[in-house]
Amino acid sequence: MTTFTPKPDLPPPPNTVGVVGWVRANLFNSVPNIIMTFVGLYVIWLAAYWIIDWGILKADFVGDKASDCSREGACWVFIQAWFDRFIYGFFPDEEIWRVNVVFVLAGILLAALIIEAVPHKGKIALFSLIGFPIIAFFLLHGGWFGLETVETEKWGGLMLTLVLAVVGIVASFPIGIAFALGRRSNMPIIRSISIVYIEFWRGVPLITVLFMASVMLPLFMTEGTDLNKLIRAMIGITLFQGAYMAEVVRGGLQAIPKGQYEAADALGLSYWQKMGLIILPQALKLMIPGIVNTFIALFKDTSLVLIIGLFDLLSIVQSALTNPDWPGFATEGYLFAGFVFWTFCFGMSRYSQRLEAKLNTSHR
Amino acid sequence: MTEQNANTEAARKVMIEMRNVNKWYGQFHVLKDINLTVYKGERIVICGPSGSGKSTTIRCINRLEEHQAGDIIVDGTELTNDLKNIEQIRREVGMVFQHFNLFPHLTVLQNCTLAPIWVRKMPQKEAEEIAMKYLERVKIPQQAHKYPGQLSGGQQQRVAIARSLCMNPQVMLFDEPTSALDPEMIKEVLDVMIELAEEGMTMICVTHEMGFAKTVADRVIFMDQGQIVEENNPHEFFDNPQNERTKLFLSQILDH
Repeated sequence: MTTFTPKPDLPPPPNTVGVVGWVRANLFNSVPNIIMTFVGLYVIWLAAYWIIDWGILKADFVGDKASDCSREGACWVFIQAWFDRFIYGFFPDEEIWRVNVVFVLAGILLAALIIEAVPHKGKIALFSLIGFPIIAFFLLHGGWFGLETVETEKWGGLMLTLVLAVVGIVASFPIGIAFALGRRSNMPIIRSISIVYIEFWRGVPLITVLFMASVMLPLFMTEGTDLNKLIRAMIGITLFQGAYMAEVVRGGLQAIPKGQYEAADALGLSYWQKMGLIILPQALKLMIPGIVNTFIALFKDTSLVLIIGLFDLLSIVQSALTNPDWPGFATEGYLFAGFVFWTFCFGMSRYSQRLEAKLNTSHR
Repeated sequence: MTEQNANTEAARKVMIEMRNVNKWYGQFHVLKDINLTVYKGERIVICGPSGSGKSTTIRCINRLEEHQAGDIIVDGTELTNDLKNIEQIRREVGMVFQHFNLFPHLTVLQNCTLAPIWVRKMPQKEAEEIAMKYLERVKIPQQAHKYPGQLSGGQQQRVAIARSLCMNPQVMLFDEPTSALDPEMIKEVLDVMIELAEEGMTMICVTHEMGFAKTVADRVIFMDQGQIVEENNPHEFFDNPQNERTKLFLSQILDH
């Protein structure tokens, strides 16, 4: 009788793994692919050359007026000179520290939520959602403890963009969950209300919503009640994005197998326990790409408030471009605005990928 | 054994009573006048061809399916549209599914403690002790901190049984618990079920495991086209089936 001994594992051939293996398998594995590789490299070289040559080598970095620039390359002096306006809008110079405090506080909270080693995540999240907005509002708006009031008309730039985006994101999420659950409810009235809400807001363009909020709404309101323009924009954006969020959440809910609902029912969990403990935690995990997609869209859509006279980052860059002292800096201005938007959106995207990997318990 | 059962039946407590239960899926009449009385401590196996309504029958007992006519009374509580009654009955009735239906985002231990903590309002520590006790009984305490996705099918089904037992149910319903398992894992699940039966748990099992039916069942019920066709003790049921449909079914399932 022979005994069975499994053969030991051998290492794979050296040219199929590592950098060399990857290059061989992906870049030089056939004649068309080799040609494509060289064409690709050439295009990358052209682009990189222009960016380095125009953006760094021939660019001007020092100065404080337009004539300090040679105009052969980029004129980053333009960005420097307008930097405070781009970030803080028309916030009074002596009060800018208040915005900075809010930025730093937000940064600390965000870092505490993202870095895994930090304990008490639940408490930090609760503070970020309830305590922080109140502190931020009183710091930015002022009017208490001797802080000078800064009317929202003076808010602008990146600060306004972030305020709109954060309020929109935080407020539209629960609205989305509520209407998604409503649309799947067994109760006909709740279901009908949810469907009407979602289909109405998805059917109108955001620009219309903002116009309605800023022009039409005051006509319907009684004399003397003056709801702040910024708040009206926030409400419009939130309700609008809430409808999109609801459909993303509904998609996630539908992807959860029926067996999960049945198992929760069979154990005697109530509807809210079933949703809160079993269905939503699983569904939200599936929804992360869709949710972040909506958040990114919302972040970029905030620049539409330009049309109702709010000056977000993009509109303030545009107004700087029309300044007679600074003619012809559109490339630098739009590149800067684009870069800032891209940084935030890319950050959200990366964080969502990390979150997905962290929450994935199914195939470990 | 049957005579003994018959003698003591009158004195025994009725666990589940189904009277003239009817159910339709649209035009399709799935359950036709189902009458079934289950006494405390009884082990019942329901078998029959696919689509005969056997799963639907037991799913009506804890209201995963709604019956449209007739009465279902579980441990003295009548199953109506009243949410209180439904939740009361679900607390007392454990269920094990064909596809386990464990919660993949929770560990094995969390799967077991969730319902005791939230439904029975048990302190976490006590719930965990009880969960570990039942995980030991189904012989997988060492897997308590893993996620369901890391376990084999047989292990997952044993966790599902432990999860139901943690609610300390009066009745256990098994809906084809071994049908989705690889052959070498069926035995480990059946062993747990046999042990449970020996401890006196009231059980209703929908299963095709005829060996299990012969060993543990007090009564075997054969269903076809939404009706209970035959009902007998396992000895009589397998050796001396009365109905043509039963004979045909048994010949198909046993002769290979």
